[in-house]
Amino acid sequence: MNFAPETSIDIASAVNRATAPSAEPKLKVDKLNFYYGDNHALKNINFEIPEKRVTAMIGPSGCGKSTLLRIFNRMYQLYPGQRAEGNIWFDGVDLLGKDLDSTVVRSRIGMVFQKPTPFPMSIYDNIAFGVKLHESLNKAQMDERVEWCLRKAAIWDETKDRLHTSALGMSGGQQQRLCIARTIAVRPEVILLDEPTSALDPISTSKIEDLIDELKQEFTIVIVTHNMQQAARCADITSFFYLGELIEVAASNEIFTNPREARTRDYITGRFG
Amino acid sequence: MASLARRRATDYTVKALSTGFAALSLVLLAWILWTLLARGLPALGPHVFTRITLPPGAGGGLLNAIVGSLIQIGVALIIGTPIGLMCGTFLAENGRNTQVGSAVRFVNDVLLSAPSILIGLFVYQLLVVPFGGFSGWAGSIALAILVIPVVVRTTEDMLNLVPIGLREAAFALGAPQWKVVTMITWRAARAGIVTGILLSLARAAGETAPLLFTSLGNNGWSVSLDAPMASLPIAIYQYAASPFEDWVALAWAGALLITAGVLALNVVSRLVLAKMK
Repeated sequence: MNFAPETSIDIASAVNRATAPSAEPKLKVDKLNFYYGDNHALKNINFEIPEKRVTAMIGPSGCGKSTLLRIFNRMYQLYPGQRAEGNIWFDGVDLLGKDLDSTVVRSRIGMVFQKPTPFPMSIYDNIAFGVKLHESLNKAQMDERVEWCLRKAAIWDETKDRLHTSALGMSGGQQQRLCIARTIAVRPEVILLDEPTSALDPISTSKIEDLIDELKQEFTIVIVTHNMQQAARCADITSFFYLGELIEVAASNEIFTNPREARTRDYITGRFG
Repeated sequence: MASLARRRATDYTVKALSTGFAALSLVLLAWILWTLLARGLPALGPHVFTRITLPPGAGGGLLNAIVGSLIQIGVALIIGTPIGLMCGTFLAENGRNTQVGSAVRFVNDVLLSAPSILIGLFVYQLLVVPFGGFSGWAGSIALAILVIPVVVRTTEDMLNLVPIGLREAAFALGAPQWKVVTMITWRAARAGIVTGILLSLARAAGETAPLLFTSLGNNGWSVSLDAPMASLPIAIYQYAASPFEDWVALAWAGALLITAGVLALNVVSRLVLAKMK
């Protein structure tokens, strides 16, 4: 593995305590700086994301947490004027490398967005679209893959009789679970969730939180959330961002009960944000 | 209280004025349609569809003009739609905040409002003069130039209505841009795009000026794109101004046919839009 030298012992040890037995991090952010034009949005971030754990990123709006999430799968590259400096190591490869194919990165690091985004096609085709981009399966294999990911996303029973009807007819919560299924179907290693429940009702939210708990058996999960209870419930590790800086990373039960930084304490007790 | 009375009076006046003008425009439209039906329907008979244009008193029809119009509109559609679709897609997907995009958009807006007779003269200089004659090709290309800016504009507008989130979701699955465009954004916007194409056809179908200098018209039977070609608008233009009663009647019949065709295109495009939504 071609990892860059250790720079932030403090954070690394916090993560290691949280995830013991310690393992190689799945994603390792090294001296990352990010700019929207002249706006310095992320400042010297050093951060490790452990494999098969749920890592939450919290912080007030504009703190840079969604920005970081969108760097992991190179979404920022769709927009000219956005620029990242530093390294993000993913299985020994620098995700910010110039000659890396974004479509391959995105097939290994999937993403689910804040608003459900079903494609205007059937439930089945919503899933097949992503799979076909990377694999050529026959009909039986595709049927199997569709069922597999819908079961994983805990939505099979609700969809099995209407696979070939439009996905636009589903409820918001169902659409969001379909989007998770669609992401899983490509068989990524990492799933990025960008405030996945902020547009959903409490029952759909709790279904998705249960699902996140299931999925971490197989996938590394990074979730951005504005809901601190959600971070406390779902995440093994929570990181707090403020004004483009990573303030604190710790096991969720530590950070919410005994934060080390005053700014973290102020935020989680609702004194700003 | 005085101010309340004044506001009520203002409200009443504005409502009355807007209702009045709406009624006026509807009356004008109804009047046009009524005249068209009153003059066109009696002139409409099987001979209109089975005979070609003939000298006055010989019992001619409009068959060659109908077929010529259909051919030229069809060829214009085949030429204009892909160009317009691609250009509109470029503007919405790649040219949003670029100088090239703004330039193309500006030129397209100019073309959209260019007088159609100018387009006819342009194609006359470009194709008729160098190739030594009027032709169906020249007419079709003039109509295509009318179709393109409408398709560009509607395609861009419709694609801009597709949420960014939908594109990002497709990119996030690892799709290359051409698949995002063809399989996701076009699909999401297809009802609007199809409507734009149909409406551009409706516009081209009624145009006379671009055809005057290009396909000229043809009183014989010809389906060759290399020769001058008849069309309904030109037949109407020639016949309506003639002193012969049967020709004037045919002009009314032709006008009714075009109007019915344009109306049908509008109705179909609305149905397409409603069904796809």
